[in-house]
Amino acid sequence: MAEMENAKGSTLRYACGNVLSFFILILIGVLAFSIRLFSVIKYESVIHEFDPYFNYRVTQFLTKNGIYDFWNWFDDRTWYPLGRVIGGTVYPGLTLTAGSLWWLLNSLNIPLSVETVCVFTAPIFSAYAAWATYLLTKEVKGTGAGLTAAVLLAMVPSYISRSVAGSYDNEAVAIFALIFTFYLYIKTLNTGSLFYATLNALAYFYMVCSWGGYTFIINLIPMHVLLCIVTGRYSSRLYIAYAPLVVLGTLLAALVPVVGFNAVMTSEHFASFLVFIILHVVALVYYIKGILSPKMFKVAVTLVVAVGVVVCCAMMAVLVALVASSPTKGWSGRSLSLLDPTYASKYIPIIASVSEHQPPTWPSYFMDINVLAFLVPAGIISCFLPLSDASSFVVLYIVTSVYFSGVMVRLMLVLAPAACIMSGIALSEAFSVFTRSIKFQMPKLLDDSDPVPGDIASANSVVQSNQAKVEKHSAVDKSEGTLKERPQKKSKKKEKEPLEKASIKSQIEKKLLVLPLESSVLAILLLVLLGAFYVVHCVWAAAEAYSAPSIVLTSHNHDGLHVFDDFREAYAWLSHNTEVDDKVASWWDYGYQTTAMANRTVIVDNNTWNNTHIATVGTAMSSPEKAAWEIFNSLDVKYVLVVFGGLVGYPSDDINKFLWMVRIGGGVFPHIKEPDYLRDGQYRIDSQATPTMLNCLMYKLSYYRFVETDGKGFDRVRRTEIGKKYFKLSHFEEVFTTHHWMVRIYKLKPPKNRIRGKTKKSKSSPKTSASKKDDRVKKNPWR
Amino acid sequence: METRFALFFFFFFFLLIALLSTPVFSDLVITKVDRKIDLTSHIVRISSSLKVENAGPDVVSQLLLTFPEYQAKKLAYLTASSAEGKGKSKGSSANLPVEVVQPEGVPPALTFYSVSLPRGLGKGESLNLDVFAVLTHSLQPFPEEITQADVQLVLFQDSAHYLSPYEVKAQVLSIKLPSPRVESFTKIQNTKLVDSEIKYGPYENLPAFSYSPIIVHYENNRPFAVATELLREIEISHWGNVQITEHYKLEHGGARTKGGFSRIDYQARPNVRGASSFRRLIVKLPPRAHSVYYRDEIGNVSTSHLWADSRKTELEIEPRYPMFGGWKTFFTVGYGLPLHDYLFESDGKRFLNVSFGSPIAEVVVDNLLVVLPEGSKDISVSVPFSVKQWEEVKYSHLDISGRPVVVLEKKNAVPEHNSHFQVYYKFNSFSMLREPLMLISGFFFLFVSCIIYMHADLSISKSSASYLAKLQWYEVQATVQKLHEIMVRCLTVHDKLEASLRDLSRTGDVQACKAMRKAADSLLKDLSKDLKPLLVFLQSSLQAAQIYQKVEELVVKEKELQEKLMSKHTMVVDAYEKKSAGRELENRIAALQQKLTTLRQEVDDLIDVIDEI
Repeated sequence: MAEMENAKGSTLRYACGNVLSFFILILIGVLAFSIRLFSVIKYESVIHEFDPYFNYRVTQFLTKNGIYDFWNWFDDRTWYPLGRVIGGTVYPGLTLTAGSLWWLLNSLNIPLSVETVCVFTAPIFSAYAAWATYLLTKEVKGTGAGLTAAVLLAMVPSYISRSVAGSYDNEAVAIFALIFTFYLYIKTLNTGSLFYATLNALAYFYMVCSWGGYTFIINLIPMHVLLCIVTGRYSSRLYIAYAPLVVLGTLLAALVPVVGFNAVMTSEHFASFLVFIILHVVALVYYIKGILSPKMFKVAVTLVVAVGVVVCCAMMAVLVALVASSPTKGWSGRSLSLLDPTYASKYIPIIASVSEHQPPTWPSYFMDINVLAFLVPAGIISCFLPLSDASSFVVLYIVTSVYFSGVMVRLMLVLAPAACIMSGIALSEAFSVFTRSIKFQMPKLLDDSDPVPGDIASANSVVQSNQAKVEKHSAVDKSEGTLKERPQKKSKKKEKEPLEKASIKSQIEKKLLVLPLESSVLAILLLVLLGAFYVVHCVWAAAEAYSAPSIVLTSHNHDGLHVFDDFREAYAWLSHNTEVDDKVASWWDYGYQTTAMANRTVIVDNNTWNNTHIATVGTAMSSPEKAAWEIFNSLDVKYVLVVFGGLVGYPSDDINKFLWMVRIGGGVFPHIKEPDYLRDGQYRIDSQATPTMLNCLMYKLSYYRFVETDGKGFDRVRRTEIGKKYFKLSHFEEVFTTHHWMVRIYKLKPPKNRIRGKTKKSKSSPKTSASKKDDRVKKNPWR
Repeated sequence: METRFALFFFFFFFLLIALLSTPVFSDLVITKVDRKIDLTSHIVRISSSLKVENAGPDVVSQLLLTFPEYQAKKLAYLTASSAEGKGKSKGSSANLPVEVVQPEGVPPALTFYSVSLPRGLGKGESLNLDVFAVLTHSLQPFPEEITQADVQLVLFQDSAHYLSPYEVKAQVLSIKLPSPRVESFTKIQNTKLVDSEIKYGPYENLPAFSYSPIIVHYENNRPFAVATELLREIEISHWGNVQITEHYKLEHGGARTKGGFSRIDYQARPNVRGASSFRRLIVKLPPRAHSVYYRDEIGNVSTSHLWADSRKTELEIEPRYPMFGGWKTFFTVGYGLPLHDYLFESDGKRFLNVSFGSPIAEVVVDNLLVVLPEGSKDISVSVPFSVKQWEEVKYSHLDISGRPVVVLEKKNAVPEHNSHFQVYYKFNSFSMLREPLMLISGFFFLFVSCIIYMHADLSISKSSASYLAKLQWYEVQATVQKLHEIMVRCLTVHDKLEASLRDLSRTGDVQACKAMRKAADSLLKDLSKDLKPLLVFLQSSLQAAQIYQKVEELVVKEKELQEKLMSKHTMVVDAYEKKSAGRELENRIAALQQKLTTLRQEVDDLIDVIDEI
């Protein structure tokens, strides 16, 4: 009877373990979802930031007009007068995902608005991402590590920052797609199943649909394949994992309009093709090795090497030629700035001007991945014990992503899953080592404490010693029974891929890795403490640091919460009190929001595809009033919108961005020179500022009648009094200023009111008179 | 322009009337008229109390009220009530039926409304009558465009004399203005301005259709809030909630703003620079309103305050920006109400009783929706005034057949229309459970299908190699499982033997120990018998080739362990029997014990390994 129970107990224990991990996974999903709801609870259910507004607008279009209109959508509300082909220039993954989610809900008659679906897409997908992490880590190191990694990923601040409710951006679904693609790759590598290989290509397709970061996958996987080949780990599984991915993946990727022929023509993808060829060569070599006798093989090798070198040289030549002749002349700007961190600031100010394209600082590592940064090295070490195909992939992943995150803050997001996987492995290994040592020493502890009854019973030394031994043994059994669950589970996963050998090894290790009881108890306590610190930090980051929607600002002062809702005030005003066809000019940051919230045509927006156009707006903003008026008028602009934080101290306003406008404008129109706006290399707006600065449009529109607020014109962002206090606008009139002055909207005065006269014109561009004509032509490209 | 044209027209019209030999409608004579025109808000309210006397011989049961066409077009609300009998309780007296009539021989510039009197008036009898009319859009801003700093001036026009098809004996008109600041007003005889009130009259013995146009041009900075479109959606859930959602398209209907809006001017002196604008509105919600929200298409509007007590709920809302003349905005206000306050039951039918108009005081063009729960039947509506009405179907939360919707449309509604209306319908309470049951059954079938899927064999080809291999593998697994069980049982037998030894050391009961050993021996033999077929199967099975080694090793080790244990057992028991506690024996046992421990460990490990298959 007892035996039966025992046997049943073990199967029951597995069932319990499975059910337990299932529920843990559900809870992890709930955690990942709910930790991202701070923004909804603290603020409101609203789309955040800039890019999400565009995605939201596209989704609205998709749900209203259907998929075919979406592919053919030519948007005339933006980049006036050029317009933008949205269907062909947008990564459709996110939009299609949210759109089909909305469609599904509505076909079930659950009336959720498109906005609600968009707001909650990111939290839902972060739950998926946590589960994908579980799967990936489980493939690498087993269930325990998988669960730990999933918990860590569910609340890693770096990922939270991009996926709070309302942050409806490509990254929200792309990270899930990234991890899932990696999981399927590893799964294929472990099983050699063509089924998973096909799924892998589909997951890769989804990733290509979602985010430009797919190039990371298509470079990382070839790197890993190459690594496996070089370290002699070639197998048919590797072939199945890689070859279908390249063929199917490339074909599928070419289906996405925004990628199209780039999938075979840009150099970002060439590495994968090269490795594809190498893989085939290696496969051929292994095949030949199989059918030839060793002696014959040696002969063949010499022959093939000779031929191979020639072929390789030819290949390289072809590749170099291809790279040189590819449409982007090699690599695209963002990719190049990945390889050479100083590239962007040197050549493309528009990429450099975005703060998320800057290299991160050390504190931002601590902020974004917190204690994971310390656990990663431990994880790497445990990946080498023993090193399998899967764990070498994870190591490669973390190494490359650490490098990329060092180049751009934005790519910290790619690092986060890798760091979570590594830390998950490290934590679970550490726990298993410590609990194992405790488990092996518990019996001793028990022994010391209860030999008393045995002693009293008899004086027979033989029997006593016997008994003690027996007791000890049974105690071991007993404790093993109770504590069995964990280590058993662990060893179970371990031996799944490297099969029995590894498991025996681990069994042996089990005995070797015994630490002193006290230190392991202490270490467990410390680890728990570390985890607690991580959780506290993550909750804080989710609640305080990353959940502000940035279109609504709040501040706490003595009489409670104060809300700055100026952006929406201005957009609502624009949308209800201007004509539908009016064009609004502003710096490109506000382009997406203006089209989405105010429904007005803008000149430039956050999709910075046309540098010249942005430079034109930058030039207008940095020109004197009259010249600016002419540029704007030629662009058919009716309203100019500027963001001004001087009254309430909102630091990311247009005056602070102004130097970038000058730089970008000057990059195309050389009569705008950065030094003209700087006094001794310093950017200032007080009385020491240069006259060019004080007369430019941006200055005037920002500070028009500002002095009347406090009599001095004290700018709270720059912490100084403004340089030019009393002035009038001759070509613009103020039509709306929001409650806290954060958005100011000006209207271009109609032409009849402008002051005519040649003298003004020559004053406005104090260039050499010889090149004046050329300047005029350049300054105003739309004439 | 329009004003002037209108003025011209009225002079012409006045002459026309004077020239016409007006037909005598009846022999009624209005002995006294007391008219009060309230111009304090942008809605014009005219209340007149008439004293009517029948001077002719016939009994009269109809009274005609006359409005010039320009007023009739903007007339939003008209009631007449008889002030007779009930003394002071005028308000409660029943409204008399009023309808538009067009008697013969009158000019089209006049619109007639016929009031049915409560009783026929005989000769010489008289009756007091209160007539209340509400006009919208009849205050004309002049000048039509003002800057932010200007005050808003409006024109109002009417007749100083009470326009009536009957002779009027005596009459007084008083016009109440919001402030004493009057730009100009038409002065005729007996006109005076007292404080913020203009008085015309008394005038006596005027013939029928006498008309004397007057124009008042005065300052009115009251909010000219006009909802150009209001959609009220009332959704009934029998789970206990009436959800009301109101979508407003609001406009400032006063003088248009010209020039820009300067925030600095507005902030410095909001009452002077921005006098014509308004920035907050009060929404008077019913008591016990809950889950109130105020938002527009781009999110929550953060400028609102809510006060609630037992009698009313008051929501103060501010549009995102101050409303100047001609500016528009859009917003949505929503709230829930407890069902039992608004839904009642009478003779098998349920009826909803809610107020019609908007809780904000302004002019609206109204479009009201009532959404009933799925499965409602026999719908009828009773509204105290005429509305356009049709039915629609709406699909909401998990509906299949959709919910019937009653749409009531009313143009030009004013706060006076804010009376209750009723919607009667039939509804089976069981329909309430439809959606929960649907959900439950949905999940039930999901789980059932999962179970079926897990147990079903879905492979297409039953004879394919991989399928057979899979089947075989299952068999192998089952065998290994059995084997594992047997092994575990063997080990427990070992444990029992050890335990018996321990008992021996304590009690010295050699016989019991021997019996124990015998029992264990036979049990182990049985077990090994059971083991044999399993081993044979594993050996024959191709799939188990790898495992077989392990299993074999395990079996061998276990055998060894068994033997060692037995020998130890016999040794100890012998020692007890012979009472020979020699050092030599102790050494032998110790050596044996060591072997036993290592063997036991190995077997345990192997069992673990096998277990994981």
